[in-house]
Amino acid sequence: MTYREAVRAALRKALQSDPRVFLMGEDVGRYGGAFAVSHGLLEEFGPERIRDTPLSESTFLGAGIGAALGGMRPIVEIMTVNFSLLAMDQILNNAATLRHMSGGQFHIPLVVRMATGGGRQMAAQHSNSLEGWYAHIPGIKVLTPATVSDAYGMLLAAIRDPDPVFLFEHATLYPLEGELDEAAEPADITRAAVVRSGKDVTLITYGGTLGKTMQAADHLAKQGIEAEVIDLRSLRPLDNPTIMNSVAKTHRAVVVGEAWRTGSFAAEVSAQIMECAFDDLDAPVARVCSAEVPMPYAKHLEQAALPKVEEITSAAQGTISRHG
Amino acid sequence: MAVNTMPERPLLNREHAQFLLREMLRIRRFEEKSAEMYSLQKIHGFLHLYIGEEAVGVGAMQAFTPDDAIVATYREHGHALARGLPATVLMAEMFGKATGCSHGHGGSMHFFDASRRFYGGYAIVGGGLPIAVGLALADKLQNRQAITACYFGDGAVAEGEFHESLNLAALWKLPVLFLCENNLYAMGTALARHQAQTNISLKTGGYGVASNAVDGMDVLAVETATKLAADSVRSGNGPFLLEFRTYRFRAHSMSDPDLYRTKEEIEEWKKRDPISLFQIRLREWGMLTESDLARVEAEVSAEIEEAVRFAEVSPWEPAENLLNDVQGRATP
Repeated sequence: MTYREAVRAALRKALQSDPRVFLMGEDVGRYGGAFAVSHGLLEEFGPERIRDTPLSESTFLGAGIGAALGGMRPIVEIMTVNFSLLAMDQILNNAATLRHMSGGQFHIPLVVRMATGGGRQMAAQHSNSLEGWYAHIPGIKVLTPATVSDAYGMLLAAIRDPDPVFLFEHATLYPLEGELDEAAEPADITRAAVVRSGKDVTLITYGGTLGKTMQAADHLAKQGIEAEVIDLRSLRPLDNPTIMNSVAKTHRAVVVGEAWRTGSFAAEVSAQIMECAFDDLDAPVARVCSAEVPMPYAKHLEQAALPKVEEITSAAQGTISRHG
Repeated sequence: MAVNTMPERPLLNREHAQFLLREMLRIRRFEEKSAEMYSLQKIHGFLHLYIGEEAVGVGAMQAFTPDDAIVATYREHGHALARGLPATVLMAEMFGKATGCSHGHGGSMHFFDASRRFYGGYAIVGGGLPIAVGLALADKLQNRQAITACYFGDGAVAEGEFHESLNLAALWKLPVLFLCENNLYAMGTALARHQAQTNISLKTGGYGVASNAVDGMDVLAVETATKLAADSVRSGNGPFLLEFRTYRFRAHSMSDPDLYRTKEEIEEWKKRDPISLFQIRLREWGMLTESDLARVEAEVSAEIEEAVRFAEVSPWEPAENLLNDVQGRATP
């Protein structure tokens, strides 16, 4: 099963099991979803529950908040993270605040899914990685499913959550193949996962860069370096214990993410390690991020801007060679 | 200015007439007391007073049932009082006390009350409109008969969300009643300085939304027009917009020096004070005596004094609770 099919399977399961659940967004119905995630759902569930919207991101996101306040379990698809900027006011000022601002009287069980990331030659307005901006906001949860099973299980968990949950689906992952047990329970969305064990260096990543990081770990293994790889899975809440336990073992960390380096989520992880595990470190925390440039169109330029496997390998080697 | 023509003496009984007057007076006196408490530094932050616009808040609210949802603005004290939120918990909220209607988390601009389907004051202009559309969608999808009333000001008309929300509500035929309180100023910018078309009620034509413009200084005109519009929305005809032409007698907020309009303009509008005008009419119609008025004033005064006393003696939320109400219990 592909990642795309896993998201669709979770949507179908939620729509079947809970009459309060509905999906809305641009071209989710008749078109079948810009990334074909919701293909076939209109036919199966009808236009009341699979709702095509006008190109009014702020209003259909806000309507999702209102519908959640009114007792529904809306799932809003925003075609790409870049378009979510048009809804940022509703996200920050309403979705994230209403529980607190109302003294706990209201809560917003809203799920927002969006495609994110570069690597498909979509140029500067369709390739951003802004999950770190969202992870900055208290009051929402930020998930970055990187595997087929998480694409399914994290979405199911998000739908059950009492608060707004944002899922960032890296667009290059949709064709990814993997195993899925559709009888599986909703995933634990509070924990990071150690996806490869090692003792020499911890590679920390999430979402679209998990694949490259795993490749880097393979390369390192051939050089006799045993890298541990952590898939953060959730950026807010952040599972600090899993990170710190690993760093306590390896004494070295490289954080990998596709966002720009300055102010990135990788910077946050690095700061957390500094605060919580400074004495465990044998080398400064290293980061591998995208170049600080609007994403170029031409393939060779785009690839030059994105994090590369060799950069991850080299950063890991750097943390080790520093102290022999 | 008045677009609706009202009969000289409408079908109005004495009891309801005095109720409307009393409701407007509650808001006026509450707001005057709020200004005083701000001066005494009991209330901080932004404070936007509703004085001058009482006929809109009170008249429109008569059209809604307890099942209907209300979405308001940051100038929402009048809406909250008219909806039945007690003056005590509103004053406590502005004092920042734990007994406030939002536990002291919201202040003047963010009153909430789940039990009265009062979905809050929104302080980003236009930000409440999409919420109202969603509440109406939820009601429709769950086959509830409720409608959603959404208050906003003339400033919101310049926001994209105004246009998006009218379109979406009309497209999906949702039971939303859009209530535009046109007080002629978006903070300090006059309507004619920010809108090419200053007749707001005409803006809905492009979205196929019915509308009406109403004299917002006449509580009976507001009540009648809102009930008609609410009936239309309840009948499944989709959204409706009412433009209430009104005026705020005080500055935009307590920190506004009010330099952008003339004293003459303000004085001219004060001649149409909704409370004074209504009192005169009720006396003419034999529905209000001096002793009636004195009794109502005394009762309102006692209610406001009690609100201040309640706010004063209420406890502060313990700072240990700071992080409560940010998120619910995490699901495993």
